[in-house]
Amino acid sequence: MERYDLIVVGGGPAGLSAALSARRAGVRDILILERDSELGGILNQCIHSGFGLHTFQEELTGPEYAARYVSQVQQLGIPCRTNTMVLDLSLTASGEKLVTAMNRREGLLSFTARSVVLAMGCRERPRGALNLPGYRPAGIYTAGTAQRLVNMEGFLPGREVVILGSGDIGLIMARRMTLEGARVKAVAELMPYSGGLQRNIVQCLEDFGIPLLLSHTVVDIRGKDRVTGVTLAEVDDGRRPIPGTEEEISCDTLLISCGLLPENELSDKLGVALSPITGGPIVNESLETNVPGVFACGNVLHVHDLVDYVSEEAGRAGACAAAYAARTASSDRDPQAFAEEISLTLRPEGGIRYTVPQTVRPAHMEEALLVRYRVGAVWTDCTVSVWLGDVCIMKQKKKKVTPGEMQQFFLKKEALSAAGASGDIIVRLEKENHGSP
Amino acid sequence: MMYDVIVIGAGVTGCAVARELSRYRLNVLVLEKEEDVCCGTSKANSAVIHAGHDALPGTWKARFNVEGNAMMDRLAEELDFPFRRNGSLVVCLEEERIPELEALLERGRQNGVEGLRIVTGAEIKELEPNLSDEVKAVLYCPTGGIVCPFLMTVALAENAFENGVEFRFGRTVTAVCAAGTADRACWKLSDADGEIYETRCVVNAAGVYADLFNNMVSAHKLTILPRRGEYQLLDKKAGSLVSHTVFQLPGASGKGILVTPTVHGNLLVGPTAQDLTDREGVNTTAEGLAEVMEKGRRSVPSLPGGLTITSFAGLRASEAGHDFVVGEAPDAPGFFNCAGIESPGLSAAPAISVYLADLIAARLQAGVREDVCRTRRGIPCVAQASPEERRELFAQDPAYGNVICRCETVTEGEIRNAIRRPLGARSLDGIKRRTRAGMGRCQAGFCTPKVMEILQEELGLDPFAVSKHGPGSELLVRQNGGENGTI
Amino acid sequence: MEVRKLICINCPLGCPLTVTLEEGEVVSVVGNTCPRGESYGRKEVSAPTRTLTSIVRVRNGHLPVVSVKTSADIPKGKIGSVMDAVHRIDADAPIAIGQVLLKDAAGTGADIVATKAIQRV
Repeated sequence: MERYDLIVVGGGPAGLSAALSARRAGVRDILILERDSELGGILNQCIHSGFGLHTFQEELTGPEYAARYVSQVQQLGIPCRTNTMVLDLSLTASGEKLVTAMNRREGLLSFTARSVVLAMGCRERPRGALNLPGYRPAGIYTAGTAQRLVNMEGFLPGREVVILGSGDIGLIMARRMTLEGARVKAVAELMPYSGGLQRNIVQCLEDFGIPLLLSHTVVDIRGKDRVTGVTLAEVDDGRRPIPGTEEEISCDTLLISCGLLPENELSDKLGVALSPITGGPIVNESLETNVPGVFACGNVLHVHDLVDYVSEEAGRAGACAAAYAARTASSDRDPQAFAEEISLTLRPEGGIRYTVPQTVRPAHMEEALLVRYRVGAVWTDCTVSVWLGDVCIMKQKKKKVTPGEMQQFFLKKEALSAAGASGDIIVRLEKENHGSP
Repeated sequence: MMYDVIVIGAGVTGCAVARELSRYRLNVLVLEKEEDVCCGTSKANSAVIHAGHDALPGTWKARFNVEGNAMMDRLAEELDFPFRRNGSLVVCLEEERIPELEALLERGRQNGVEGLRIVTGAEIKELEPNLSDEVKAVLYCPTGGIVCPFLMTVALAENAFENGVEFRFGRTVTAVCAAGTADRACWKLSDADGEIYETRCVVNAAGVYADLFNNMVSAHKLTILPRRGEYQLLDKKAGSLVSHTVFQLPGASGKGILVTPTVHGNLLVGPTAQDLTDREGVNTTAEGLAEVMEKGRRSVPSLPGGLTITSFAGLRASEAGHDFVVGEAPDAPGFFNCAGIESPGLSAAPAISVYLADLIAARLQAGVREDVCRTRRGIPCVAQASPEERRELFAQDPAYGNVICRCETVTEGEIRNAIRRPLGARSLDGIKRRTRAGMGRCQAGFCTPKVMEILQEELGLDPFAVSKHGPGSELLVRQNGGENGTI
Repeated sequence: MEVRKLICINCPLGCPLTVTLEEGEVVSVVGNTCPRGESYGRKEVSAPTRTLTSIVRVRNGHLPVVSVKTSADIPKGKIGSVMDAVHRIDADAPIAIGQVLLKDAAGTGADIVATKAIQRV
């Protein structure tokens, strides 16, 4: 059985960045396991530009952004197995991680690792999970599947298109299908606001005169063999369709862009505790899960808007995994011992939906810890504050925050130590001109 | 050419009858309007093998259900399809309705169902911990089971085919009429493409269309009412919420909604019951899907609606006389009905097929063949294989090491096998029903492009001919920048 | 005086810009957080441009297509004709990242360059 200091599950942007930073932190034996035929993950099909402004201070396309990481991985000689599906993760009696995988060249494979970085990414919420009523003909695709067909296979999956959901992939695909000659008749969004970036509404919809129908959903799908049309209806504040507002639109394709779900089935098998809100592992300041030595980053941890943030986060996870691997290699200290240390829970309040990380061990944090969060609704002129008991340790004014845009703040180590070392850290979005509740 | 028997319809009943007929020296043809077997009622139902307490004693339903149930273990063994006797429970939520539950028990006993008993008190939760606190009593039926209706139908068809039964797909029978001479009667069938078929006997297993064919040849008219049932299928994370099939006590408001594990580990909730006129009306509705969850929660309150991965609707072929119509039409010698095969049709199909095949063989004075192979091996299932079995499969063909559907761990080897085997898959849905590729939580989002590629390769199709479920359901319209349907 | 409300598309911030014009001349851009926002605002009201990305089919490559982009922004009104030009490109592997596959696409002055490396097989 092959043994590694670190196994990275997933060779997308998160996995690549984690592996690179672990190698730079001195980890020798690293293995990246990737299910697709090449590294880069979903970036390979994201041929549009808009990546890398933070990381490289220039605007790159998805494949270009991926190539920069892939070439570094190659330069540093980090081994990868592509076309390899991880089937199972478990713990050995000694606390090592047992990784079972399979591929076409070698068949069933088993590896052990001191440390594992989970970087499996996410999947799209399918039509079935949305309970959209109607027939089940050909022509219903998630936006990502359509994106793969158009951008990696070179085929157009439909001529007349309605898109449900205004997340970024849906918006990007509205433009992409239009450029390839399809007619995108409407983008319908259940919520009263778009889940995508403003820039994408401008350059993907407005540029091409594609209507964005907020507070609308699909209430019927017609066509027994191929989609022949959908019915859209306006929804009320409770997101229920309003009778009488139905509008039939003829189309041969329905694209669905209604959210991404972290893919944590493997994490679950390993006993990793998951957050019901993010769908990803609950992690501490080191992006470590409840299973010692198992770290998570990227969209498997929580769904990101920007790949630059994924790379940054994964870099931290890789460095922390490296530190863990080094610790367990240099001593026989029981890794469980860390569980006894002081740990504070970040508790979201008010408009905050979640934070990542969810817990902080002050002894292990750097001088400033980056905390990312999302809000549950659109808020304008509001204040985000962080509290330790009655003490406010941070306050930020926000002109506008939306659920579609991830926010962040830095938590200062000195602020935590000053306020004592127990209890919860409250992260609160204050009520001022609350937009849509 | 003159066939001995033509079976109209390749659903579970038609395929079961075809397989039983293949035991005899008979020339058998199955005509199916869709591109594959198991495309109508057989593909969208509760996937339950009923114990047999529902039907009134003396009915065909009661007889064939109990007989069919008893045949399932051997059939599943012979044909290698998943079947599990998980037992079923009929829950009674109102104290005053317990007598109805007792009546159901008595009916079951009369039908010959074994092991029935009524459970009350603390034992209810021991049997099924997640049942509602409101459950006052349950009828426990140890012989109840669950099955994969797709694999069962595919297995029956494949075995029939291996034993010489001919299948033709995409053939919509439009007319049946008596032909031949007085001493040598026969039937003439024509299809939508104008092709004519001649046969000595006809088996009408046409599901929701069965009344149309009967009424072409017999004065004993049938009326099939398509009754829609909507379902929700939940993620495997919810698959162990119940271990038994949980029925609600049938009442004035219908048969109630069942909650059951599936043989593949998902949880299935449904069906609603709505009478339609459209024989193809398999669309789901917002009201129906809401009703499924709402009523399902009466027996299992913790049903997690958020774990739904897909929903679907099927049509029951409900005949006005409320019973199966099985046997030769009295005024149409050689025309055999298996009509009105609604629930418990899946459970009853094996028994119906034996009964009908014997009748037909007797009428045609057909001898029994000695060279019949009654067993068949299914597609290997890598997801459920042990490490040793996985290594063996990989040694046979490295394609069994290449996972295509990540949610259900379905390999390239299984998909190619599904296409290459007799009556193999021709479409995404055909692959899905045989291998479960695309049946999981991402609902084919990731594997669709890869399965399309394999279908192209194996069947020598151009990309624009790859379909979801046959002609008209093609997936791609053109190459980027190209003309429609050209490369 | 004419006032135009825009969303800057230079980066994910999506700053809301207010561009004021007088007789067709931009007199002010407000709302931007960086200099790129101002130049975007000025350009968008007079001669809007976009980066275009697409794919090109490849012969003899390890993948069937290569992703491409315009080497510079092109006039918004030229998007259709540049797409037509992209569709007519005939590419043969190997292709290097950054390789020019078409010079001066549809007279825009911008080249079509590969954004991915394709190996020859």
